[in-house]
Amino acid sequence: MAEAAGVPAESPAGCRARAARTVLDQVVLPGEELLLPEQEDGEGPGGAGERPLRLNAAARSRGRVVCGPGLRRCGDRLLVTKCGRLRHKEPGSGSGGGVYWVDSQQKRYVPVKGDHVIGIVTAKSGDIFKVDVGGSEPASLSYLAFEGATKRNRPNVQVGDLIYGQFVVANKDMEPEMVCIDSCGRANGMGVIGQDGLLFKVTLGLIRKLLAPDCEILQEVGKLYPLEIVFGMNGRIWVKAKTIQQTLILANILEACEHMTTDQRKQIFSRLAES
Amino acid sequence: MAAECKTKLSKNLLRMKLMQRGLDLETKKQLEEEEKKIISEEHWYLDLPELKEKESFIIEEQSFLLCEDLPYGRMSFRGFNPEVGKLMLQMNAKNKAEEIEEQTVELDVPWWGQLGKSLPRKEDRAIYEEDENGDIKPIKAKKMFLKPQD
Repeated sequence: MAEAAGVPAESPAGCRARAARTVLDQVVLPGEELLLPEQEDGEGPGGAGERPLRLNAAARSRGRVVCGPGLRRCGDRLLVTKCGRLRHKEPGSGSGGGVYWVDSQQKRYVPVKGDHVIGIVTAKSGDIFKVDVGGSEPASLSYLAFEGATKRNRPNVQVGDLIYGQFVVANKDMEPEMVCIDSCGRANGMGVIGQDGLLFKVTLGLIRKLLAPDCEILQEVGKLYPLEIVFGMNGRIWVKAKTIQQTLILANILEACEHMTTDQRKQIFSRLAES
Repeated sequence: MAAECKTKLSKNLLRMKLMQRGLDLETKKQLEEEEKKIISEEHWYLDLPELKEKESFIIEEQSFLLCEDLPYGRMSFRGFNPEVGKLMLQMNAKNKAEEIEEQTVELDVPWWGQLGKSLPRKEDRAIYEEDENGDIKPIKAKKMFLKPQD
């Protein structure tokens, strides 16, 4: 609908609200309001410049739209709260109107329920461990939240250990809580991360970029030599290879690949493959 | 109490249980209505116009898991940690099974691999070691039970 896209609707705040569809993959700034696609559609051949007719709720055939990180609901519109590129994902199974989110970059992690993170045990007090996850306060981890742990059979966790777990409670009003088992009681790889290796910190956006399904960096790295990596959504990566030198090379590559272009990266990998 | 007209008994008296038998239906109904009126008048309510509840079609989620299909966070390459390799196949196969996909799955995880048993069987280990290298290799046929020939 060329008219709806070209003529921005006036919102009470006085700033122009753009259609979300037109700004996909473009940079948006905090404070912008975005219209959802269904709101631009007018009934019949609407004239240019007219405010689109609002269909009543019963006639709306859209499902629920999810507004993800970086966006907030503001009446019927989406309000941008972080700067970055606007992304959209179509609904896979046909339910709902898809997901919109802002692909932003930041170093500070805010605990989110369901995220898998790497934490460092900082204190052991009574029945719980205090785990530093990089947020505003340390998360609490109960000693019963490990696979096969009972009151008699305590897990072997010391202060300073690395833990890979997920959040069960994470909101701004309460202390975050994490566990190392899933809902069925199985560990699924969570728990204490083994000996040796190196833990380093990167930006949150890099983690998501590396974990993307078609990430070339990981594929190339995996061909270099045998190694093990654990990605925490709080910006922490743990790597381990056979020798210390290999581990350090790996850590340097992963840290640097954020700012390298594809060609530079390929050069470095070819040089490494030769040596 | 012998008078031409009925002595006026108070409402509270009439409401008592021992008086219920003597009352006729009408008086009973009247009493009930008056009781209800008193009770409902005691209730407080806000004298505001009715607000229509806006049904919101937008759900707020702060997690990136919904947005991007991120695979499992632990990875092992070239057989460094076979357990993690097995986990990778398990967790990523679980994710793929949830989506409706029309294409064939590249890594064909046999049904026994999804039982989630912690102790692998000898046959399983051989198959998983191959796949974990990152190459797509067809699964060898599992040794099936051969009926002994008489």
